[in-house]
Amino acid sequence: MDHTGYSEDYIRGILNEVRTIAMVGASSNTNRPSYFAMKYLLEKGYNVVPVNPREAGKTLLGKHVYETLSDIPDAVDMVDIFRNSEAAGPLTDEAIEIGAKVVWMQLTVRNEDAADRAEAAGLKVVMDRCPKMEYGKLSGEWGWLGGNSGRISSRRGALTGNRVQSLSIGPGKY
Amino acid sequence: MSLDDQPRFDTLAIHAGAAPDPTTGARATPIYQTTSFVFDDVEHASSLFALQAFGNIYTRIMNPTQSVLEERIAALEGGTAALATASGHAAQLLIFHTMLEPGDEFIALRQLYGGSINQFNHSFKKFDWNVVWADADDLTSIEKAINPKTKALFIESIANPGGMVTDIEGISKIARRAGVPLIVDNTLATPYLCRPIEHGADIVVHSLTKFLGGHGTSMGGMIVDAGTFNWSRDGRYPTLSEPCESYNGMKLHETFGNIAFAIACRVLGLRDLGPCISPMNAFLIQQGVETLSLRMQRHCDNAVAVAEWLSDHKKVSWVSYAGLPGDRHHNLAQKYCPNGAGAVFTFGLKGGYDAGVKVVSNVNMLSHLANIGDVRSLIIHPSSTTHSQLAEQQQIAAGAGPDVVRLSVGLEDPQDIIADLEQALAAA
Ligand SMILES: Cc1ncc(COP(=O)(O)O)c(C=O)c1O
Repeated sequence: MDHTGYSEDYIRGILNEVRTIAMVGASSNTNRPSYFAMKYLLEKGYNVVPVNPREAGKTLLGKHVYETLSDIPDAVDMVDIFRNSEAAGPLTDEAIEIGAKVVWMQLTVRNEDAADRAEAAGLKVVMDRCPKMEYGKLSGEWGWLGGNSGRISSRRGALTGNRVQSLSIGPGKY
Repeated sequence: MSLDDQPRFDTLAIHAGAAPDPTTGARATPIYQTTSFVFDDVEHASSLFALQAFGNIYTRIMNPTQSVLEERIAALEGGTAALATASGHAAQLLIFHTMLEPGDEFIALRQLYGGSINQFNHSFKKFDWNVVWADADDLTSIEKAINPKTKALFIESIANPGGMVTDIEGISKIARRAGVPLIVDNTLATPYLCRPIEHGADIVVHSLTKFLGGHGTSMGGMIVDAGTFNWSRDGRYPTLSEPCESYNGMKLHETFGNIAFAIACRVLGLRDLGPCISPMNAFLIQQGVETLSLRMQRHCDNAVAVAEWLSDHKKVSWVSYAGLPGDRHHNLAQKYCPNGAGAVFTFGLKGGYDAGVKVVSNVNMLSHLANIGDVRSLIIHPSSTTHSQLAEQQQIAAGAGPDVVRLSVGLEDPQDIIADLEQALAAA
C-alpha cells in the first residue's frame, strides 16, 4: 500500500474498528505527546494499555503499565508506536505475533520494511500520523483549533460520548 | 471521500469548516456571540487549559464562528491550520512574536503596503525585532541581506499599492537555502488568484478586511500555517522548539507537528497579546468568502477594462498593472496568478500633484478613501493623504509620488466606473 497519504475511509475504518490500543512508549511525564494522546484516546472510550519497560508495574492514567507487548493479557487490536523508526521494526514483528490488527506509527515515525511485513501478515498500517489528531479531524474537533480537516459534510454531527463537545466519528451515527 | 476526490476550490469556499449546528440544526454558521464556554467538570477544564483536549474556552483564544472561518481559509490556501485575528496587522504581529526573539532580524521587500512598512520600521523596533529592506526586482539584494541573525523573509504576492507581482518561487529558494521561513502576504491576490504555499511559502498572512471579506464591512486578519517548516532543526525558533514555561514544559512543535506554528500563535500570541477577531466580523467575512471566485474574477475583469482605458487616456502618463500585456511584471502575473492580476493598481497623471488632488475631488461614484478590496470602486491620491508625511523622494521610492493615483476597482458595471473616471479626469 502507498503510505504517502491515507483516505478518510481508511483512517475512519481503523478508528471505528479498534477498541484496545497498546501504546508503546507511553510516558507518565504529563507534558509529553504520548501522555496527551493516551489521555485523549481514553476519554474517547478506547481501552488504552500503556507499554514502557522503564515504567512497568506502575499505573498510568489508571492503567497498568506493561513491560512488553506480549505481557498484555487482553487481546490487542492496535499497537500505537511512540518510539523511533528503527525501534518500530521489532515492535511491528511483536505486534504481528500477538495478533494485533493494526500497527500505527506516530508522527515522524516511518519504517517501510516493517510496514511491508505487517501488511503481508494481514495487518493494516498507518505511519507518520497521530491517532489523536486523526480522530480530531474526523470528529470535527480539529477545526476548533483552526486545523484543516480536509473534509466537508452537510450532515449534522451527533453529540455523543462522555463529553458534550465530543462529536461522533462513526459512519451512520449522524 | 477518497484521496483523489478532494473537494475543489469553489466547494471549499462554501463548505470547508462548516457543518449544520449539532444542537439546533442551523445550516448557516451561527454567530456565537459569547465570551466564554462552560466546562463539563473540573477535569475537562484542566484538560482544555493544558491543551490536552480540543474545545472552546474563551473567545480571546477561540470561538466556533471564528473556527469555521479559519478552517475555510486554511483549506483554500492548502495549509494545515489557520488562526484568525482582529486585523491584518494583528496577524503580522503574532507571526513575528512567535518567530523572533529580541535582537533578531527579518528581511522584507520594500514593495509593501505602507502600513506594514510603518509597523516594521517603528513599532517592531520597540521589541528589538529589526527589519532589513531588500528589493523585489533584484533578488540578489535579498541574498546579500541574509546573515546569522536573519529569522524570516516577508513579501507580498501582489504588492500594494503598485500592483506588481513578486517572484515567490525564486524567493522561496533563497529562504530554503538560508534555512528561514518565507512569509507571504496574500491579501491582494486572495487564494482564488494565487496560492503561495504551492510556490514554496511556509506561512501565508491575510488582511481579511480586503477582498476576502470583500464588502468593506469588517476588519480581520488570518495566519495560515503551511506545515512545511522544521522549527526544531537548530534551536533558532525557541518558542516552538523549546519547553514552554506557560504550558508546563511542553514543546509545541513536538506536540503539534505540522500545525505547531498556528497553534503557537494562538495559545501564546493571541492568548497573551489579545488581538482576537469578533464573532460577528468572522461571520461577515465568511459570508464574503462564499462568493470569492465570482467576485475576484469580476474584480480582475473590471480592472483590466479600466486599466486598458486609462492607458489610452491623454492625461495619463503611465499605468502600473501587471494584468496589462506590456507591463514589466506581466510574465510573473501569468505564472503566479493566471486568472488575473488583482484589482489594485496605480497610474500617473501628467498634471502631477494638482491633477491628482482634482481627480479624487471630482469623482461621483468612486469613493475617496484609504481601503482596498470592496465591492465599491475606491480611489486615493497617496501623496496628499496616506503618504503626505513623507518627503517627495520617499514618496517616489514607495511608489506614491505626487502624480500617482491608486485604484481598487470594484464590481460596478465597468462602463460606469470608466464614465466616472472620465468626467473626473476631464475636470483635472
Ligand atoms: C497588503 C496588505 N497587508 C496588510 C494590511 C493590513 O491589514 P489591516 O488593515 O486589516 O490591519 C493591508 C491593509 O491595507 C494590506 O493592504
